[in-house]
Amino acid sequence: MALKTVHAPLPGTFYRSPTPGEPPFKAENDAVAVGDTVGLIEVMKTFTPVTAEEAGILKAFHVGNEDAVMAGQPLYDLEEG
Amino acid sequence: MALRRIFVANRGEIAVRIVRAARELGIATVQAVSAADGAMLAARLADAVAPVGPAHATKSYLDKEAMLRAARESGCDAVHPGYGFLSENADFARMVEEAGLVFIGPSADTIRQMGDKATARRMAAQAGVPTLPGSEGRVEGLAAARAAAAAVGFPVMIKAAAGGGGRGIRVAASAEALDALIPQAAAEAAAAFGDGGLYLERFVAEARHVEVQVLGDGRDAIHLWERECSLQRRRQKVWEEAPAPGLAPSAREALCASAVRLARAVGYRGAGTLEYLYDAATGAFYFIEMNTRIQVEHPVTEMITGLDLVREMIRIAGGEPLRLAQGDVQPRGHAIEVRINAEDAARGFRPAPGTVTGLTVPGGPGVRFDAMLYPGCAVPPFYDSLLGKLVVWDETRAAALARLERALGELAVEGVPTTAPLHRALLRDPAVRAGAVHTRWLEAWLESNPLAP
Repeated sequence: MALKTVHAPLPGTFYRSPTPGEPPFKAENDAVAVGDTVGLIEVMKTFTPVTAEEAGILKAFHVGNEDAVMAGQPLYDLEEG
Repeated sequence: MALRRIFVANRGEIAVRIVRAARELGIATVQAVSAADGAMLAARLADAVAPVGPAHATKSYLDKEAMLRAARESGCDAVHPGYGFLSENADFARMVEEAGLVFIGPSADTIRQMGDKATARRMAAQAGVPTLPGSEGRVEGLAAARAAAAAVGFPVMIKAAAGGGGRGIRVAASAEALDALIPQAAAEAAAAFGDGGLYLERFVAEARHVEVQVLGDGRDAIHLWERECSLQRRRQKVWEEAPAPGLAPSAREALCASAVRLARAVGYRGAGTLEYLYDAATGAFYFIEMNTRIQVEHPVTEMITGLDLVREMIRIAGGEPLRLAQGDVQPRGHAIEVRINAEDAARGFRPAPGTVTGLTVPGGPGVRFDAMLYPGCAVPPFYDSLLGKLVVWDETRAAALARLERALGELAVEGVPTTAPLHRALLRDPAVRAGAVHTRWLEAWLESNPLAP
């Protein structure tokens, strides 16, 4: 099982839930299909979904909810299925 | 009580503006800085900086306790909130006052009254300020909404009482649409503002946005004439002017006098703006809401009146009475401001943080550039995209348009795309040149005039 690290596509603030108080899009060890929303990145008040380009099991997040991310920073680890 | 040391509870270009005004008054400044803003221009210009938390605004510039703590620990005796962030947060204003510091703005009670848009509308009506036909205060439940909408007539706007700034607005074209939209709007308002209260207003299809600047000392109030801000995208202003083009002198007098009535009725202190919808077809104007803070577009008023609004706010907060009578405020010429945002206008206005690698600032007669920029400065992704405002003044509107074209030609921001190309394109449009626009004009224009990459 290869573990792949997915990087942030753009800089901003990372959100794991659609709105505060709601469950996260993905918990650790959840299955991820191509096109699934994994989180949101807010850039200057514009929200962009982070969608999975590959399927697998989401093993770990490198960035917490509402944390700052830079483009290219490790975002999450995916165990490729 | 003259102020000695002001805590600048904001960032970006308005923080620079506040630092400059304070320095001219001989008042020291302490600039709030998040983890992302340590090298911003206002931090370089202020006398001192105070860290207020992480990059994310809810944990720094929007954290009331963290901001007040930083203000107290840095020995400040006043807080200037700028615009956005905590500037219209009544709880923050009260906390500042209770800590024995001066909040540079109106009282917490005024902020609360005007912050509830249904209350503001009722108080405006009581002060004899025209309001759009609509509900009497909030509508409680679907039956009340139906009755109010039937009296107002369709289409009708459904607005969130706790909203403002164009947020939380829906338009119902029919009774059926109203039935569907009221529950949605209430749920959305509850989620977005923590208050599901709604009110209704008549919808005007082609409205101009005209607003009046007021200045009060808590006892008396004056107006500083009007601004026009009809060029908007997603309800965000992109281009502002003073005076409003083509407004008849009698309409201008009535509009500005009505704003003073409301400011006096609430005992307004500081700088504030009453926003109106102006129906150019009928010449009628209607109060929409009051913003109890300095606004982004305040420089156009400064350019035609020769006054420094931020300086006046600080003086009033320090206990001075209004220095001017209404007759002392004589407008002269025409001013235009265009917002320079870090957005790629040719790619759907995609936000574009980054690093400014080069900068050429326009200058010469009648040109002012209020910005957060310097060569090499960072444009963080965490905050809004406003980099600065290019403002021009000239004796007539036609001359101001020519001057704006000249100044935009000189402006060069390298490293991040900006909205300057939008303004260059707008300058060539006959409707813009004629001042014949309304608040929904720009979005339609962008559909048929996409900007070339």
